[in-house]
Amino acid sequence: MTAYLIRRTLFAVFVLWGAVTIVFLVLRLVPGDPAQLILGSDATRDEIAQLRERMGLNRPLVVQYGIYLSDVVRLDFGDSYRYHGDAMGLVMGKFPLTLQLAAVAMVIGLVLGISLGVVGALRVNRLADRVVSVFALLSQSMPSFWIGIMFILVFARQLHVFASGGHGGFDRLVLPGVTLALPVVAILIRLTRSGLLDVVHENYIQTARAKGLSERLVIFLHAIRNALIPIVTVAGLEFGKMFGGAVIVETVFSWPGVGRLLIDSISARDYNVVQAAILLIAGGFVLINLVVDVMYGYLDPRIRLGR
Amino acid sequence: MDNPLLSVQDLTVRFRTRAGTVTAVDQVSFDLAEGETLAILGETGSGKSVTAQALMGLVPRPAGQVSGGRILYDGTDLLARPRSETRRLNGTELAMVFQDPLSSLNPVFRVGAQIGELFRRRRGASRSEARRKAIELMDRVGIPAAARRVDDYPHQFSGGMRQRVMIAMAIALQPRVLIADEPTTALDVTVQAQVMALLAELKAEHRMAMILISHDLGVVAGVADRVMLMYAGRVAETGGLREVYETTGHPYTRGLMASIPALDGPRERLAPIKGSPPDLMRPPAGCAFRPRCEFATGICGTERPELMPVPARPESHRAACHHAKEVVADVVPG
Repeated sequence: MTAYLIRRTLFAVFVLWGAVTIVFLVLRLVPGDPAQLILGSDATRDEIAQLRERMGLNRPLVVQYGIYLSDVVRLDFGDSYRYHGDAMGLVMGKFPLTLQLAAVAMVIGLVLGISLGVVGALRVNRLADRVVSVFALLSQSMPSFWIGIMFILVFARQLHVFASGGHGGFDRLVLPGVTLALPVVAILIRLTRSGLLDVVHENYIQTARAKGLSERLVIFLHAIRNALIPIVTVAGLEFGKMFGGAVIVETVFSWPGVGRLLIDSISARDYNVVQAAILLIAGGFVLINLVVDVMYGYLDPRIRLGR
Repeated sequence: MDNPLLSVQDLTVRFRTRAGTVTAVDQVSFDLAEGETLAILGETGSGKSVTAQALMGLVPRPAGQVSGGRILYDGTDLLARPRSETRRLNGTELAMVFQDPLSSLNPVFRVGAQIGELFRRRRGASRSEARRKAIELMDRVGIPAAARRVDDYPHQFSGGMRQRVMIAMAIALQPRVLIADEPTTALDVTVQAQVMALLAELKAEHRMAMILISHDLGVVAGVADRVMLMYAGRVAETGGLREVYETTGHPYTRGLMASIPALDGPRERLAPIKGSPPDLMRPPAGCAFRPRCEFATGICGTERPELMPVPARPESHRAACHHAKEVVADVVPG
């Protein structure tokens, strides 16, 4: 187990290095100059050149990259150009809000996705199953920015049930939470339904019935536990992806989390904040993956970690 | 038989498939007395396993459907009652050991929990009590170091040990009927004998009746009181073990016996039954075995033979063959 964790940690470092490198390069390849944006359109060429020099942006790309990497290794992520504070500190300040949103969405996704998937499997090819399948198809095919806007129009503008955006209070979490959750609900419905349909044909389900266990126990103990193995993997990956998906949802619903900060910082070419935010999102993704793998071994004793 | 424990009458099971309807079990009748061992023999697809599934209420739905007959257990018809109700007899009255012990054990639960579950869910035992009973049972079925192995998972056991676990689960609640569906087919030959010996021992100890399903006459010979041969979903021959062996009344039974190598006999070519079992979607008219039968005459192609008494012991030995007399006498007609 220890060897396994060490190997996974090394791998994680490699992944994070890849992420920061790509972001570093892409940011500098796209047009737009932070110095120009900070000083505004009135600034003279000289003023811009001076600022560029102070920010280190006039140096060759390779040198900039080297300096950046050596800073990151020492956990120095640079300062925000706009807010003049530590970039990672700024991102971490917004992180709880994104986490809150993702957690709510994940709970909605798990509860709705698994329970509807079970309904579909138990009523396979009947009306309830058809309804669930159509719902899953719709949830998966509608993009979240569109769903978000529709939610705002219907529930905030027309019905005045929920606020259209901003944060504070549980009611403001509902619309962005559901929007972020819908794709996960769709995936989990499909996975639970098909997984359960596969599992109920296994011989050990017949054994459970031969033991005289009630059908409720057969399905919810013997079958679900086996169907859960792939569900956990996918749910974990989806949770990781949510931090990325939150960028769109936070923007639509004016939710002041990491996603919104990221979008604003990209517009302002606030390099260090963008890099810190991506690093955090990637780090979260890697960590969740590790947790999923460890849980996998717990759910399926045949999988041995450490080899 | 007066007051049999289990009486199956005209049991018919059909499967609907995309290609058509298959009658897997066709008007099968038999009785099982308390403490008796009945062996059901037949090739793959002869309907023997489906018969067992029907007894346990395990015919896979919605494709499979018990479409006729009665299963009288202790006088009540199981088929006339809802499945949820007859389900409760499983484990306590009727129990089953399956063919493949690896796929029949749930891979994600510890072996002890899977045995103990019977006591917890069916008898309201506490967790520690169930665990203690599980260890006791594992010990009884001959699993070494039971107290330690109780916390292992199925994949950590060998094939023979897994089947012992299955047997422990089956006898846990002391059922009156134990159905063993090819219990040794997936096992090594050396282990086969041990498992059969264990089954026989437990059967005697708990005075259980047993239905032993097999395709192997040799496995059955040591333990069965009576045998029933099935072919294409129907009973071909039934009788006491000795009767069927000594005065075989059906060519199919003869064929099965001829295809077993004898260790002590002269070394001769094995005689497999020619041809293959009929397509149950389109069963042939008359006798289903006719295309493979050396005794067949004109009547075999038109009239389906019913079970008829075989002369030597007519009260218990019956065969479904127009030419049973010739088969017994070993004279090919014509």
